[in-house]
Amino acid sequence: MKEHLAEVKTLHLGNVSGSRSGGLPEHPAPRPIFSRIITFIVLIGVWVILSGKFDLFHLSLGLISCAIVTILSGDLLFPETRTGGLFRHILPVINYVPWLLYQVVLANLHILYLVFHPRMMELIDPQIIRFDSTLKKEISLVTFANSITLTPGTITMYVSVEGAFQVHAIDKASADPLPGEMERRIARAFEDE
Amino acid sequence: MDIIVVFLIICGLVFFTGGAVGILRFPDFYTRLHPAGKMDTLGSFLMVLAVSLFNLREFSWAAVLTSLKILLIVLFIFILNPTATHAIVDAGFRAGMRPWTKKDKGK
Repeated sequence: MKEHLAEVKTLHLGNVSGSRSGGLPEHPAPRPIFSRIITFIVLIGVWVILSGKFDLFHLSLGLISCAIVTILSGDLLFPETRTGGLFRHILPVINYVPWLLYQVVLANLHILYLVFHPRMMELIDPQIIRFDSTLKKEISLVTFANSITLTPGTITMYVSVEGAFQVHAIDKASADPLPGEMERRIARAFEDE
Repeated sequence: MDIIVVFLIICGLVFFTGGAVGILRFPDFYTRLHPAGKMDTLGSFLMVLAVSLFNLREFSWAAVLTSLKILLIVLFIFILNPTATHAIVDAGFRAGMRPWTKKDKGK
């Protein structure tokens, strides 16, 4: 704990001295204009769906407010995307979602079977499994953890930044496929390699 | 069209029922969260899909917009439900609740 605090302190101090010695605050890396455009399109889409009015007044209101939001916080939605990186990822992501839905349905049927089974107490075997994931980026870890929780039979209990997972599984059949296939698909969809 | 809608709603209801029965039947906190947190996700997905299809039976652009809004709910449920489940499990784990295992069966 103490070490950790000391580290934070030095980090903080380092930052302050850095900005002081540099005079002007360092200019941020070239803006990912690409991710901003995508953000803007997503925002406009949500605006149009939610407002449902297509006259000039409402559309221009939407354009203005979406532009303001994009300028202020355009790097929130796709923080790590560099130019060209986004399109490479779109296809695998689109590929991943139906597969996840299919897995969710399969696993739901399995839990449904367990729930209505008369000797349910003998079938279930709750256990906590631990494994280390090879995923590196935060977004893929989050997606992985959420996917694990979404497929019934497994709940993510703990994830560390380094990718150490702790998963509560309801029986052996739910625990066995982890990390396996899901991790590979997420790696293909979100990781850079 | 109506047949598909009714079929989807019945499927959703089956999953919801399974969730409710599961909450009652499973032995402890963690195992109960399995049906509670996730059968609901699929159940509400099916039912909301049915509702948005039903809304489209007389086609108009206003109806399409309403259906899209309804489908947005599904998107948010799919992001929110695992997160909430994880938060509850994490809270239980931090509070020191021990998971039920087969060995504890006598209790």
